[in-house]
Amino acid sequence: MSTATFDPPIRAKRVLPGFTLSLGTTLLYLTLIVLIPVAALILKGAEIGPDRFWRIISSPRAVAAFQITLTAAAIATVFNAVYGLLMAWVLVRYDFPGKRLLDALMDVPFALPTAVAGLSLTALFSANGWFGTVLHPAGIPVVYTIWGIAMAMAFTSVPFVVRTVQPVLEDMDPALEQAAVTLGARPWAIFSRVVFPAILPAWLAGCTTAFARSLGEFGAIVFIAGNLPFKTEIAALLAYIRLEEFDYNGAAAIALVLLGFALILLLVSNLLQFWASRYHEVSR
Amino acid sequence: MSISISGLTKRFGQTDVLRGIDLGVEKGELVALLGPSGSGKTTLLKIIAGLEWPDAGQLLVDGADWLQLAAQDRRIGFVFQHYALFPHMSVRDNLAFGLAVRPRNERPGKAVITAKVDELLHFLQIAHLADRYPTQLSGGQRQRVALGRALAIEPNVLLLDEPFGALDAAIRRDLRRWLRGVHEATGSTTIFVTHDQEEAFELADRVVVMGEGKIEQIGHADAIHDHPATPFVARFMGATVELPVTLLAGRAEGAGLDLAALPRRALGDGPARLFTRPEDIVALPDPKAPWRIVTRTSNGANLRLVLRHPDLGEAEVDTPRRATAADALVVDAPVRLRIAFGTIFPDGRKAATATTAQPASISIQEARQ
Repeated sequence: MSTATFDPPIRAKRVLPGFTLSLGTTLLYLTLIVLIPVAALILKGAEIGPDRFWRIISSPRAVAAFQITLTAAAIATVFNAVYGLLMAWVLVRYDFPGKRLLDALMDVPFALPTAVAGLSLTALFSANGWFGTVLHPAGIPVVYTIWGIAMAMAFTSVPFVVRTVQPVLEDMDPALEQAAVTLGARPWAIFSRVVFPAILPAWLAGCTTAFARSLGEFGAIVFIAGNLPFKTEIAALLAYIRLEEFDYNGAAAIALVLLGFALILLLVSNLLQFWASRYHEVSR
Repeated sequence: MSISISGLTKRFGQTDVLRGIDLGVEKGELVALLGPSGSGKTTLLKIIAGLEWPDAGQLLVDGADWLQLAAQDRRIGFVFQHYALFPHMSVRDNLAFGLAVRPRNERPGKAVITAKVDELLHFLQIAHLADRYPTQLSGGQRQRVALGRALAIEPNVLLLDEPFGALDAAIRRDLRRWLRGVHEATGSTTIFVTHDQEEAFELADRVVVMGEGKIEQIGHADAIHDHPATPFVARFMGATVELPVTLLAGRAEGAGLDLAALPRRALGDGPARLFTRPEDIVALPDPKAPWRIVTRTSNGANLRLVLRHPDLGEAEVDTPRRATAADALVVDAPVRLRIAFGTIFPDGRKAATATTAQPASISIQEARQ
């Protein structure tokens, strides 16, 4: 008997075809569209040098712009947190005529050009617009104030909250609430102790994404904000103005700070999603 | 608490889920609602719980009209098939939930709740699981916790919806014995829903067999097994062989059938239907008989024969392999059937003439799921 028979090595065959090609394509695309621009921005920022970088971003006008942006985004996010949760609740829990239409309308802020949103909000809230004629005499100016900025931000980012909470609410086992009812829980106790803890991680993640989106909003805001330096000038606009002035370094520095915010928020959002999966079954 | 249900009906859209349910349950009794899926048993349970509402009828518990009470105010313990434990709470918090959500003026103090939960953990033999989360528990452990959560509020009535339906056989048997023990220790009136006959008969004081929104029969295992009240119960209890017979002066007769063992029935003459089990049929070689053996399989102890009648279709027979006559039971052999045991129901429909008017009507179905 000879032991020299040669068996070819066993290679596991993939069941799904096209792994190499599809992964390669997506990686290439990701590199071209995301990684290279971000790297270029970071390199541009690094070129400036830490001293100048710090001087640019700590200039009073830049600091004011960051403050306004963050404050308005915070206001918008608080509003979206409440309203988006309510909207998701209504869309999941109740049946009413026009529900599907309402559900579809929820995506309008995604699809609508932000400039269009900004224009129509300005038209509505300006001193002689439909809402403005009521609000302005009452001493609540919206246009050319931080409230206008916050409103424009809220409009464009509310779907992030609705669309993250909605599926989690839909997947909730109705038996959980029934169990709470049989144990004597009143509606508020059911919501606060059973339903809300279940949707909390998704809700927080949605709010974080909405906040990140608000920080970067530009198109909808420039029309309604009035863009007065130190008053209603947002960071993204300031970066744009610097670019217009051919101050590439100034623009890059401000953009880098915005990028930093966005990355931190993205990290928070992902951590929240990870936290959300902690109770999930390992296998289903 | 004693429960008295009368005339309960419920429709979902076009479907009658419950069509007039009358049922009384005594204080401290353990009752099983047994039936195939779609028989309305879970709906009935949920109506008692207050999670569904009937269209008409009455539900009295110790004389009080429960249809005027919200589920929250009935103080029932409800155990769900898939446990419905709160995933973000530890076992301890799950058990405490029913006490912790009481209105402030009725709520026991923290120390009292903790003591009560400790007592339950001990009683249910799950003390070592107190700080785990539901996803870290096995199915059987989860169901113990679910029952503990229901017992924590000292319920008037304990309701269980297919409590062991999602568990494997060995754990089911364990939990069944354990539940019986819990019931005896607490003495609470208990109703549970199941489609498993073994579970129903082993656990319950009384079994309520339900089919298509009606109660078909109420009784103990032997009575339901030997004297099914309706064809539905007969089929559900494993009498899967249906044979058309003719009644003459209380005696049944049929083609190729030896029905001498069946007692005389006080039934009118005419076509009728015999329900019997494969193991209650003896196949006897008989050259003149119309039944032929089609297949013959053995599981060692028993032979399973499939027989065919030219007009009546097929019937299954189980017979001991080592019986003296078994050697003659070969494929194609002509046999006659001696029915040792069976139940006869007169044909509801007006059968035109002889039994052969309904060919191939012998259905063989698996009543057990």
